[in-house]
Amino acid sequence: MAVTDLTATSAPRSGAPGVLRRTFRAPRARVGVAVLALVVLAAVLGPVLSRWDPFTSDVTAFGRPPTALHWFGTDSSGRDLYVRTLVGLRTSLAVGLVAGPLSTLIAAVVGAVGGYLGGRVDRVVVWGIDLALVLPSFYLLVLLAPTAGRAGWFAVALAIALLGWMVMARLVRAQARSLRRRDFVTAARFLGVPTGAVLRRHVLPHLASLLVVDATLGVAATVLTEATLGWVGLGLGPPAVSLGTLLAAGSASAVTRPWLFWFPAGLLVVTVLATSLVGDALRDALDPTTGTAGE
Amino acid sequence: MLRFLVRRAAGYGVLATVATALGYVLASLTLHPAARYAGRTPPVPPSVVHAELAALGVDPGVPVPARLWHWLTELVTHGSLGLSVRGVPVTAEIAARAGTSLRLLLLGSLLGALLGVAVGTWGASRQYRWPDRVTTVGSFVLLATPPFVLAVVLMTLAVRLDSAAGRTLVPFTGEYTPGLAGGWPAQLGDRAAHLLLPTLCLALGTAATWSRYQRAAMLDVLAADHVRTARSMGHTRRSALWRHGVRVALIPMSTFFAYSFGLILTGAAITELAFSWHGMGEYLVRSVVDDDVNAAAGTVLFTAVLVLLAGVLADVLHAALDPRVRT
Repeated sequence: MAVTDLTATSAPRSGAPGVLRRTFRAPRARVGVAVLALVVLAAVLGPVLSRWDPFTSDVTAFGRPPTALHWFGTDSSGRDLYVRTLVGLRTSLAVGLVAGPLSTLIAAVVGAVGGYLGGRVDRVVVWGIDLALVLPSFYLLVLLAPTAGRAGWFAVALAIALLGWMVMARLVRAQARSLRRRDFVTAARFLGVPTGAVLRRHVLPHLASLLVVDATLGVAATVLTEATLGWVGLGLGPPAVSLGTLLAAGSASAVTRPWLFWFPAGLLVVTVLATSLVGDALRDALDPTTGTAGE
Repeated sequence: MLRFLVRRAAGYGVLATVATALGYVLASLTLHPAARYAGRTPPVPPSVVHAELAALGVDPGVPVPARLWHWLTELVTHGSLGLSVRGVPVTAEIAARAGTSLRLLLLGSLLGALLGVAVGTWGASRQYRWPDRVTTVGSFVLLATPPFVLAVVLMTLAVRLDSAAGRTLVPFTGEYTPGLAGGWPAQLGDRAAHLLLPTLCLALGTAATWSRYQRAAMLDVLAADHVRTARSMGHTRRSALWRHGVRVALIPMSTFFAYSFGLILTGAAITELAFSWHGMGEYLVRSVVDDDVNAAAGTVLFTAVLVLLAGVLADVLHAALDPRVRT
């Protein structure tokens, strides 16, 4: 944001500290960040605190409700659900943290290139986005899921990212189109700055707020998508554990052994809720059209 | 207006065709029908495997473009989507399941959209007061809850209700009670009762998304000059809101409907699975588990057609609400 006319008009709102301060003025952001910190802490440290590991069976406790020994109970083969849930949470968070920002990156590149270059490239981009919107991405994801699931969590994240960028790309494209006509971009172009550099230095920084929000909300959406794939039975294969695979096993016994379902389900809802609260507060703080962050 | 719609519909048609072809190619590349024959006792001779796969049109020896061409010509000339691995025509299977899925989809999305628009408008017209806060928190919680978790919550509540009442008030497994006596009125009532929880499950999720967007669109409109003008010209607050607020706020929602339809379809598929309905969602998942290329491609085609119809419907709504696009 080095160009004078823009920094002049947007000075009160530019800069990360101001954005963070405005974000945290909203109570929902404080709650969201606090809960999210707890969730991440639990995923990182939680399994270490227990004496069990996610794969070994306790032959003295098959399908037991929560006890002092097994904090979240055990599944039908005697594996400790507390450790399995938190290890599964690790996988789900990893998938979310990779796929959310990655799909934003794809959307940013595709949208900015199409919107900025215009002409034939733009028409191809728009057509590609429209095409991708005609096919519900979840249906294609279901086709890809078994292949990706065999390859591991990173492949699942990759598949989710590859099928989740289209709506954002449209927004980025529209913004890039209007930025193209702004004086500072024209100036840079006439000074002979290469196209790639114009995009990197002048176009994408102006979309930063949009992209940050999308990446945050993308994490939440990805965690949900992974869980849904796992629940359908097409996500990660055993022995890998994620919230999705745990829910797949747990939902069958949600009535007879409720702890197998409610612990992973509750953790999933809390994680997604906290992430989307943070994303929403960020959006309000970054969006110049929404008054004073609402409070 | 008609020319606008025809042009848009033609564009959608091209998109749907290409999308379906892509779906077929993707299914051909990721599914391995030959794997069904591996590890059987007694082992199936390779020649038999080859012949059976060739009969289905999914022989891995034939290049994918040639298989796609064969599939497309069969579709155009005979209206056939091929046989599934179980030997049933895919079109027959889709015809049997489409009603199940569409019933849920229509009721759920309609109810969800109406509820979402109502709640969003209500929240926006009382911004930052208690109705707004309650609906905002509610929609955030619902948005963080996947349909299959919501389904279990609803089923648990239904079980509580049933045990409190001492008899089954809300049946929720499958589409109907098998072998129910009492003729068609009883059966119709039974089907309606079975619809209750799945519809609610889909509608709540849809309403949560819609209410957020409707609230934002409505807030934009409420701040606009024309609503203030309407008030100053003597309209009551209610009349200004309805005639100049809601109608204008619904214009972006008609576009949003086209985009969110894919999400609704996904939600419906998951809801069907959660309530053990034999609909298109189950068909898709089973086709992937069975390595059934024709069934998967047929499902993708069915879905693309639905999305296309939703797109046309969104355009019609848009044209009806916004006179500027009718030229």
